[in-house]
Amino acid sequence: MSQLLNVIERNSRFEVKDLAVMLNEPEEEIAKEISELEKQQVIYGYHTMINWDKTSTEHVTALIEVKVTPQRGAGFDKIAQEIYQFSEVEAVYLMSGAFDFTVILEGKTMKEVAMFVVQRLAPIDQVLSTSTHFILKRYKDHGIILEATKDDERMLVSP
Amino acid sequence: MKNWINQTVSEMEPSGIRRFFNMASEMQNVISLGVGEPDFPTPYNVREEAIYTLQRSRTVYTANAGLLELREEISRYVKRKYDLSYDPKKEILVTVGGSEAIDLALRTVLNPGDEVLIPEPSFVSYKPCAALAGGVPVPVPLSAEHAFKLRVSDLEKYVTDKTKMLVFPFPANPTGAIMTAQDMQEICQWVIEKDLFVLSDEIYAELTYTGKHVSIASLPGMRERTIVINGFSKAFSMTGWRLGYAVGPSEVLQQMTKVHQFAIMCAPTTSQYAAIEALRSCDKAVEEMRDEYNRRRRLVVNALNDMELACADPEGAFYVFPSIQKTGKTSEAFCQDLLQKKHLAVVPGSAFGACGEGYIRISYAYSVEKLKKALAILKEYVNE
Repeated sequence: MSQLLNVIERNSRFEVKDLAVMLNEPEEEIAKEISELEKQQVIYGYHTMINWDKTSTEHVTALIEVKVTPQRGAGFDKIAQEIYQFSEVEAVYLMSGAFDFTVILEGKTMKEVAMFVVQRLAPIDQVLSTSTHFILKRYKDHGIILEATKDDERMLVSP
Repeated sequence: MKNWINQTVSEMEPSGIRRFFNMASEMQNVISLGVGEPDFPTPYNVREEAIYTLQRSRTVYTANAGLLELREEISRYVKRKYDLSYDPKKEILVTVGGSEAIDLALRTVLNPGDEVLIPEPSFVSYKPCAALAGGVPVPVPLSAEHAFKLRVSDLEKYVTDKTKMLVFPFPANPTGAIMTAQDMQEICQWVIEKDLFVLSDEIYAELTYTGKHVSIASLPGMRERTIVINGFSKAFSMTGWRLGYAVGPSEVLQQMTKVHQFAIMCAPTTSQYAAIEALRSCDKAVEEMRDEYNRRRRLVVNALNDMELACADPEGAFYVFPSIQKTGKTSEAFCQDLLQKKHLAVVPGSAFGACGEGYIRISYAYSVEKLKKALAILKEYVNE
């Protein structure tokens, strides 16, 4: 069972019956375990990884460094909540180091994202400053190398 | 025209696998379940170490027996993994793959006419190399009823007063069979009684899925009469690097080193440096690979049982050896037909010995996705 999370983290589409065979556990146990992990929010979602650059859809992602002044009694959590409510916001992380939050934003164009920062993010009371960086090219994401993978180079049959 | 060729070489049967490979490579879009090497790339830290040593121009010969640093790591490794104690200065030899170690051991130990017991179905190299060394290979057929494990009763039928050596390859290619300490008790007793030498090919040692691998050399009375062969190809996914090693009593290892020194000089220098890194830092990577192979193993055995192709549950290596006898076809006919009709390549069991007739070897050194696709095709074929 300790292997279950590692296996499905890499591939969420394994059917329960295959997981049961691979992990040598009864199907009901696997289904139960997954259900439990979902309830506890250990598994908090299933996403499909899309390389938008290969589609005709315009798509841009920005990583924004945000510095804030946390209010007494409210701390960082309240500010984070104000930021993550926006649907354009993909991710909000509290960070150690030179700034407080990393905010990941997605939009159609750089201008759209920049306007969002100016109109929605920067005006938030406790936000002191923002620094926006755009992703120009993804090489590896979520453990997967996006560049074209080579074919199997092994000889077809070997002793 | 004069025949220039050595008689033993002429008489050697060409590899059945090679022939099959040629057939498969002439076709388009073949899905193969026939490889004998891992699908994982060599862990990057190992590749990086090799690149680094090349940048620093480490490109000269090493000591014949291999870099002392590597032999010391090997000594530490076999001690902590298999409880084997060998002196890096006198009892360890770094070779060009486990293959060279096998060849060297046979050439060093056998006198012309000495008989070598070779449990089959087995890796294709033992018989030809034994013959080339002047020995007489004696196949010992194993049976599926006993999960292709070796028993004294199998050996008794073939031992003679000319028998000098037993080849002991576990975990085994192509059957995936392993021998536990308990299985080995009677073999050891018998080998000691008959005063035979043992060549233990443990190249798949790390790919043991039920319990830990036990080396026959670690059992009482065996060290002085056993050479253990191991290497980096399968566990560390370093097949193309051509690096392996032999460990054994110094009287034999020194002689093997002598042959090696004239025939090869030394194993590839870059590979040796990379191997040091592999032994030091790849435990976790090997464990992850083993877990992945294990999951695939269960999937394949389950699928074969579903197709009603009987197979002993393989506990090691990355092969399954199911019987196709229910189809009434020979191994070769089955494989050729499967290849032609479904573009799916599996290896005929007969390539591994006469007693492999009626079986096929399926390798699971492929991703789960590829395996599922290939097994679905096999199921289609079997049900037709």
